[in-house]
This record gives sequence, structure tokens and C-alpha cells, in this order.
Amino acid sequence: MSRRALAPALPGEVELRLAPAATTRILTGFLRHEVERVGWRRVVLGLSGGIDSAVVASLAVRALGPAAVTPLLMPYRASHPLSLLHAEQMLGLLGAVGEKIDITPMVDAFAQQSGATEPLRLGNVMARVRMTVLYDRSAADRALVLGTSNKTELLLGYGTLHGDLASALNPIGDLYKTQVRALAAHLGVPAAIRRKPPSADLWPAQSDEADLGFSYEEVDRLLALLVDARMSRAGVVRAGFAPALVDRVTRMVVGSQFKRRPPVIAKVSTRSIGWDFRYPRDWRT
Amino acid sequence: MKPCRVALAQIAPRLGDLDANLTLHLDAIQRARRQGAGLVVFPELSLTGYLLRDDVPEVALPLDDPRLSRLLRASREIDVLVGLVEEAAGHRFHNAAAYLSGGQVLHVHRKVYLPTYGMFDEGRDFAAGDRFRTFAAPFGPAGLLVCEDAWHPSAPWLLAQEGAEVLFVLSSGPTRGARPKQKDVSSVAVWHRLLGTTAQFLTTFVVYVNRVGYEDGLNFGGGSIAVDPFGRELAALPALEPGLAVTDLDPEVLRRARTAYPLLRDEKLDLVRRELDRLLVRRYDLPGAELDDEEARTLLPARPTPTARPARRRAR
Repeated sequence: MSRRALAPALPGEVELRLAPAATTRILTGFLRHEVERVGWRRVVLGLSGGIDSAVVASLAVRALGPAAVTPLLMPYRASHPLSLLHAEQMLGLLGAVGEKIDITPMVDAFAQQSGATEPLRLGNVMARVRMTVLYDRSAADRALVLGTSNKTELLLGYGTLHGDLASALNPIGDLYKTQVRALAAHLGVPAAIRRKPPSADLWPAQSDEADLGFSYEEVDRLLALLVDARMSRAGVVRAGFAPALVDRVTRMVVGSQFKRRPPVIAKVSTRSIGWDFRYPRDWRT
Repeated sequence: MKPCRVALAQIAPRLGDLDANLTLHLDAIQRARRQGAGLVVFPELSLTGYLLRDDVPEVALPLDDPRLSRLLRASREIDVLVGLVEEAAGHRFHNAAAYLSGGQVLHVHRKVYLPTYGMFDEGRDFAAGDRFRTFAAPFGPAGLLVCEDAWHPSAPWLLAQEGAEVLFVLSSGPTRGARPKQKDVSSVAVWHRLLGTTAQFLTTFVVYVNRVGYEDGLNFGGGSIAVDPFGRELAALPALEPGLAVTDLDPEVLRRARTAYPLLRDEKLDLVRRELDRLLVRRYDLPGAELDDEEARTLLPARPTPTARPARRRAR
């Protein structure tokens, strides 16, 4: 019997299904307001060919119009050829003018100097080179950088600090991967992009779910119980999740906290940033 | 009460920008006047925006501040109910609602229940109010609540017991997204249920004005609504978009509701007080807490009840 058959319905306060039209209204309104309030009109984002950036790009085009959105396609020589193909397909659908910037020479030059050749370090370099390209374009075009990390990745720490985790605005950071999928269908993201196995595409044949060792569908249900409903370990085990999985996921969430917070500042004054110098990010905008 | 045409001004205040928000208010006041309204209601913290944190003292106003003079001037033509940070005596900063009428501040309510949990941190930024008082608005007895106040049933109940016939709820309520089974964004349906029930329980009009707009990723839901004393919707604004709705509060409807459902008439205030006294003794371990109910009734000093007092006087 599968674990899902054993698992009861999620308790009432946890609902992974979303109303896609109303959610789209909230998220497009968010993008419009947050871009306008800083006095800028444009946004820039990396379009990878995957579902997350396809959703963010679609939301941005709906919010601001295609002329205000600059999707950058930033392949590396080892990137899967389908990634670029899907990114180009999205560009066509969105009617936005994108730009392809091959990051191979930048990454390879860095790797040669630093010796970052093993997959993890090289993957981090790729993510940070893409971030550098995006923030350079942000300054050049007065365009805010949009983040494309979803809630599952953010909670598990499945991203590169100062790399793909860096952005000014993230419209999908409170949506689990399975919710992003539902929204993608509503936004008309092609099935080929929605249905392919998710991948960070940092090395050939990489797969998120193989890296992580569980499926997004399973971990999203678990995270919804642990994080949103604050259910106990005993409670989620009773709900049908394997204790080993629960412990592993809990360790991942706790262990990646540093990726979700600004650096720790040692307090040696009366009013310190982060402690008692408290203003919203939207302070006086 | 007298008939009252009320305008619900669902605006998106600019965070920390009093001047911009004053303009927003004056514009809505004009539109409300053109539609014949006698009162225009704005959301919680409508003059300042919500997520102020350390900016609270920067945007706080004493009620005699000249920056309120344009609104007070406008209130000679139409009553205005606004949300602001009031700087009170002792430099206490309150999340307050001020009812302006005839060029004066007629009444102020300071938010009593400051949510300090989940996404809220108001208990850190504001001083809490300490009373719920009904006041005489030009159209009749009314009461003010600010957002979280409405989630404590005792708050509207007290105002209704003091005679309020119209309750105003000013709100900066953020949504928690949108789920499939709800008509709209999640918080709007929940609020509408609460307000409809409150109006029906207390047989009062309830006028709820919630803001829209975004601050730091919080999205405020709107969904402002006016409900009659039967709990029926009189006017409503959509979620998430700014708007202005005008509706008439009809005293005849109030009379019919209170005739059909004399819930307020039948309220047993004395019983409520006795039970509250008992609860307080238990909760705070006051003398007598160790007694069981029967002993407590005989041994605790009995307080004279409103009906008992004249009886004793007659006996003398």
C-alpha cells in the first residue's frame, strides 16, 4: 500500500490546493506595487526553461506587460539542450524580448583560477555568475531582479546562497513546488515544461528529486504539516510519513536556516540593525 | 438613530507618507460628498500605512496637530472616520480611530487588542487602549473597533450594551492567500462571516472598512462591507482593489430587527457580572478561589444588584 493511501486528508488549516485566479491577482498586484513603489518600471529575471522561472516570467508579464520584463537566458555548456529550447518557447509565448548570455567563458575562467571543478562548487559558481549577470543588468536597466525560488526549495535550502537565492522580489517564495505546478497550468505554461522532471541543471542528467531523495509531492505534504500546521513529529508519523524521512527533512530545514536570513551581526551598540533598528523593507517607499 | 448614508473608502495608504495619504483622504471625501454621504469611513491607520515599526513615532499625531486641520475642515461638511497613530499624554502611541464631525474630534477609540503573534507585532509598537465606549454620533449612538478588537466578542458586545446601534470596524487585514473553496481571498470570507454574525447577535449595523495594497509582501484584502442588524449584506467592495461604496443605514430596519429579535432587551447583565466575578476569583486565585461554587455563593460578599438596591431602600 502506498504511503499516500495511508495518509489522511490534511487538517483543515492546511490547504495545499490554491485558487489560481485569485492567487494570480495577489501575485501580479504584488509585483506591480513593489516595482512602482521604488520608482522603477522594469524587472529582470533568469529564464531557465524550468517551471519556476516560467511561472515568475508569466506573472511579471501579466503584471507589467511584456515590454517591462527582460528574461535572460544564461546557459552553460553543460546545460541540457532542452532547457534553452523550453526557455525560448516561453519567450515566444510571453512576447517578451529576452537575451541569451552564455555564461560558459565566465564560469570556466573563474573555475580555472579557483580550482572549483567538483560539481557542487562549480554549480555554486554558475548560480553566482548568473546572479552577477542579473544584478549587472538590474543596475544598467533600472530593473528589479525577480527571484524564482519556491517555498519547498527555500525551506529545504535547495539553492545557492547569493546565487539563485538572491533577488529583490520573489512572487513564488510562499508557494510550494506542487502549488507552483498548479499555478503554471492556470498561467498556460506548456505541458512539456510543467511535466518534465525538475532539475537545477547544474550538471548533466541532474534531477532535483534524485538529489533530494524524495518527491516534491511527498515533501510538500510533509512540509505543510510541519511548517504551516506546526504538527509534531509524532503527529506526522501518525499521518503516515516515515520517521527517517521526517527526521531528514527536519534536519534540512533547520540546517539551512543561514540561507534564509541576513548575516548575523554582533550587537555592540544601543540600536543595531536587525535587533532594534526595525523598519520594513518597503520603508518610506 | 436617524437615517445615515455612509461611504466605505477602501484605499491603499502609502506607508509612512502623511501628505500623500491626506490627499487620498480628501479625494475620497469629495467623492463621498458627491454621492450624498453624511459620513465617510476609512481603514485602520489610513493616514499612515500599517507596517510602521520604528516609524511609529515619526508619523504619530497629537489630536490637536495642525496636520489634521484640513480633515477637520472637511468634517464641517461630512463626518470623517479615520485611522491614525495618536500621540497621547506621556508620549504613548496608539493605533487609534478618530471620528471627526463639525470641525471637531468627536470621539477617539484606541485599539485595545494589539495582535502580537504570527505576522503581527503591534504590541511592541503601540500602547493599548483601555476602554470601549459608545458615543453619540450625529445620526445616533455608535461604537468604534479597530481590526483585532472585532475578534474579541466582548468588545462589540460591550458597545452594544451601552446602546450602540452602529458599529464601525476599521481594519488593515492582510490575506493569507486564496484557497479553492472560498469565494475570494481567504481572509475576506472569514471576515464577512464574523461581521455578519456580530451584526446578527447584537442586532446592530456593522460597517467594516479594510484597506488594500501591499507592504513588504503583505497583501491587504479589502472586501469592505456594510451589514444590517439582520446580518444581511447592504453593500460590499471587491477584494484587493481600491473602491468607494455608499449605502443607507435605515433606522426602520434596526427597529424591525430589534423587535423581531429582542436579544439585547433580554441580556442578563447582572448574571454576566456574577459569572465574571466568579471567573476572576478563580483565574487570579483571589480569596475564595478555593471554595466550590456553592460555598462561594454563600460566603463571598454579595454585591447588590440593580434590582436589589431599591428593594432594600424601600425596606428601610
